[in-house]
Amino acid sequence: MKTMTEFKPGETLEVTLPPVSRLDLIKYAGASGDFNPIHTIDEEAKKAGLPGIIAHGMWTMGNLGKLFTPFFEEGFIKEYKVRFAGMVFLDDILTLKAELLEASGNDLFFNVKAVKQNDQEVVRGNVHFRRYHAV
Amino acid sequence: MSKEWIGKTSNKVKNTVDRLLVKRFAESIGDLHPIFVDEKYGEKSKYGVNIAPPTFPRVFDYGVLEGVELPMKGLIHGEETYQYERPLLIGEEVYCYTIIQDYYEKKGKSGDMGFVVIKRVGEDAKGEIIFTEIQNVIITEAVRRGINA
Repeated sequence: MKTMTEFKPGETLEVTLPPVSRLDLIKYAGASGDFNPIHTIDEEAKKAGLPGIIAHGMWTMGNLGKLFTPFFEEGFIKEYKVRFAGMVFLDDILTLKAELLEASGNDLFFNVKAVKQNDQEVVRGNVHFRRYHAV
Repeated sequence: MSKEWIGKTSNKVKNTVDRLLVKRFAESIGDLHPIFVDEKYGEKSKYGVNIAPPTFPRVFDYGVLEGVELPMKGLIHGEETYQYERPLLIGEEVYCYTIIQDYYEKKGKSGDMGFVVIKRVGEDAKGEIIFTEIQNVIITEAVRRGINA
């Protein structure tokens, strides 16, 4: 595996998730304590005017963050900022992407996004990764 | 929601970065990496202990904002930011509180919308900030009517 030092601007990290399942969202509700029923119960989602249950935005953000987990011995996420741009429904297939924009000493700045099977960007934002040791 | 709530601050609550909660959380985001869940791996890591995923602070209790009643339903989560001084370590105690940082209204296509900026902070026992979360939440007109009713 590459280290953060070896990343060059324009290089990417990418992973595609299995289709979103109800169990994924039930697990996230339980683990996070976010029991808003629009994420787990069809009738409640419909009452809220949605076609079906939607993923917690924070579930998608949490998944997107894992692109950086293999690098936590080298450094840490200093800032992680996202905008929730679209809804994620059951059976959607998300691809998570990070692209290095700029590296300045120990600071690496990435664009990150989660994209659906139809190319819709549902989450987009930035990660500032800080390395522990001088380059 | 009202402008009077800007600046309201909750009580501080002591939370623990619990090993089992971290494991459940990591599993729920499909990230059972040994840096989070394998005790021996954590001991050998540069941290000397396992760490928590960056969005883990979602699970913490941030106290009660007296007099502030955010609706339970109909909120739209617009933006989310985490800023860290260092990763959270398994087993450590974190003192958490929340502040209503801002509230403003804008005219939208489907009526007026309210924007709430909620700040959540986690500090160590000495009062040093470990992380700050900024959450931007949108309240749609239908919901706002419900609150004011």
